[in-house]
Amino acid sequence: MQMRLEHADLTENEKLEAFLARIDRGEKIEADDWMPDDYRNQLIKLISMHGISEIMGALPEKEWVPKAPTLRRKLAIMAKVQDEMGHGQLLLRVAEDLLEPLGKTREDIMNDLFAKRLKFHNVFHMEAPTWADAGVIGWLVDGAAIITQSMSLDTSYAPYARALHRICAEEKFHAQHGESIVLELAEGTDEQRQMLQDAIHRWWPALLMFFGPPENGNITSNQEANMRYKIRTQTNEELRQVFLKKYLPRIFHLGFTVPDDTIYFDEAEDKWVYQQPDWEEFKQIVKGNGPRSAHRLNLRVMSYEETKWVRDAIMSYGRQVG
Amino acid sequence: MGDRLHVETVEAAKQNPSFAKALTDLLFQLADDDFILAYRGSEWLGLAPHIEEDVAFSSMSQDMMGHAVMFYEMLEQLGVGKADDLAQLREAKAFSNAILVERKNGDGEYNDHPHYDWAYAIVRSYVYGLYKQVRLEALTQSSYAPLALVSRKMMTEHRYHLMHWQVWLKQLANSTADARQRLEAAIAKVWEDAGELPHLGPNQGDIVQFGLIAEEEQLKQKWLALTKDIFDKAGLDWPGEPGVPQERGRYGEHTADLVQALATLSEVYRIDPAAGW
Repeated sequence: MQMRLEHADLTENEKLEAFLARIDRGEKIEADDWMPDDYRNQLIKLISMHGISEIMGALPEKEWVPKAPTLRRKLAIMAKVQDEMGHGQLLLRVAEDLLEPLGKTREDIMNDLFAKRLKFHNVFHMEAPTWADAGVIGWLVDGAAIITQSMSLDTSYAPYARALHRICAEEKFHAQHGESIVLELAEGTDEQRQMLQDAIHRWWPALLMFFGPPENGNITSNQEANMRYKIRTQTNEELRQVFLKKYLPRIFHLGFTVPDDTIYFDEAEDKWVYQQPDWEEFKQIVKGNGPRSAHRLNLRVMSYEETKWVRDAIMSYGRQVG
Repeated sequence: MGDRLHVETVEAAKQNPSFAKALTDLLFQLADDDFILAYRGSEWLGLAPHIEEDVAFSSMSQDMMGHAVMFYEMLEQLGVGKADDLAQLREAKAFSNAILVERKNGDGEYNDHPHYDWAYAIVRSYVYGLYKQVRLEALTQSSYAPLALVSRKMMTEHRYHLMHWQVWLKQLANSTADARQRLEAAIAKVWEDAGELPHLGPNQGDIVQFGLIAEEEQLKQKWLALTKDIFDKAGLDWPGEPGVPQERGRYGEHTADLVQALATLSEVYRIDPAAGW
């Protein structure tokens, strides 16, 4: 109690300094702790985007859930997509706590999504026209997600770190689920192999984009703030290189190619040198102008509007029961 | 009836062709009911009224799909065919699910303007779930020991589903006038088909004679008593004797909805059923 009174007597600047000192000491911040608005806003932006990406990310795979080819695959993909929704729920809860002092709720997050003010990951704007796409999403998209999320396991914001620990554990199963689909196709008929090869080519630019544009020495103010607050610890390009080092050898080993004739590993620099995807296109995609953005957003908006009566009914029941 | 039949193993079942036939017919009803309703549940993914419900509903559809798999695998063990083929390569006329479970969730397709009806989802899941509860209880006394065993296992999971739907029914029945009206409309719609659930199909004589499950009328009365009690507690009017649809699902007569469902759920597998997937 005394501590809090003393803290309340500090000036804003002193509070900020004390906060940054906590960050520097590697302490973890809890939802009720004092935090600068900037830190709160960075977290809200990051965590709502992550949460909404999990929820929108269920939609491309949703397309394949009712069509999964065997009984075992049907069970596995149902469980997998359910997990993704569960991650979305977990993350939105974390975001809701951060939004509370601002007088905002989950409804605001949903409305921001519908108005395209809140972005979601570029990969979930893309087409998934075959069963092999469901495999590639599980294997490579989830694989990429594990890499970015693992970086944040040690994030300074404790509730996010706790959510990520659980999410990463489950994501590893998802990547295995995706890999299992991919390996079955890779060992299958010519038609199955072709289906997989096409899907890898289709997803390649989106996978490169997943980590965001390379910094080329110019770290954005956003990234700088996130690193200062120890919300994240690695740059986009560092993360992308981790991904390329892990997955390119596996893709080649299975006898598949990526749509980049000049790609090579530079031993001296210890990095993959690859052709840049179209970063202008990336901007358009995350703005909500990707190939499937409108379709998936419409699906989400429509289901939200058509079930409004249900949420109203629950609220009404809650009021009556108290 | 004094010396009740007990068939302990699949090998023993196969030795009596008419017993095996009756068992096969019953297992198809059990498998197809769960399989098709779980498929309808999977179409709801991402569209439920809120994220928490999306997770819960999806989990229940998985359980139900899991039950269907167990029944199809029992058929596979009986030598009827490969479980995946039974689920995905039969034509609609070979399916013996009740019509109630094959009805579409609403207008539109699951990925293209789905105008799905949550009230119908709740009432259908709950009314079917209550029947399933009665049926599983009856199956725990089945003369076919492996079936009695899996039924006991399924009942533990199934109890949670019923609790879930009970909360929904109670809440919607006692909330807004709009919700109440939608709920009543859904009950009326489900009631048009629900009377078929306890039907045991063309081979019912043998199915009951061999002690595989209790007779239709007994199942029906237990289920109706259970359902009436639930409706009373939720403050809902009892809709009376349930109707039966025009098509007799247990006899392989089905609507276009099932044909569409089967085409969708087997689309990938049918590319090459001999391949590994």
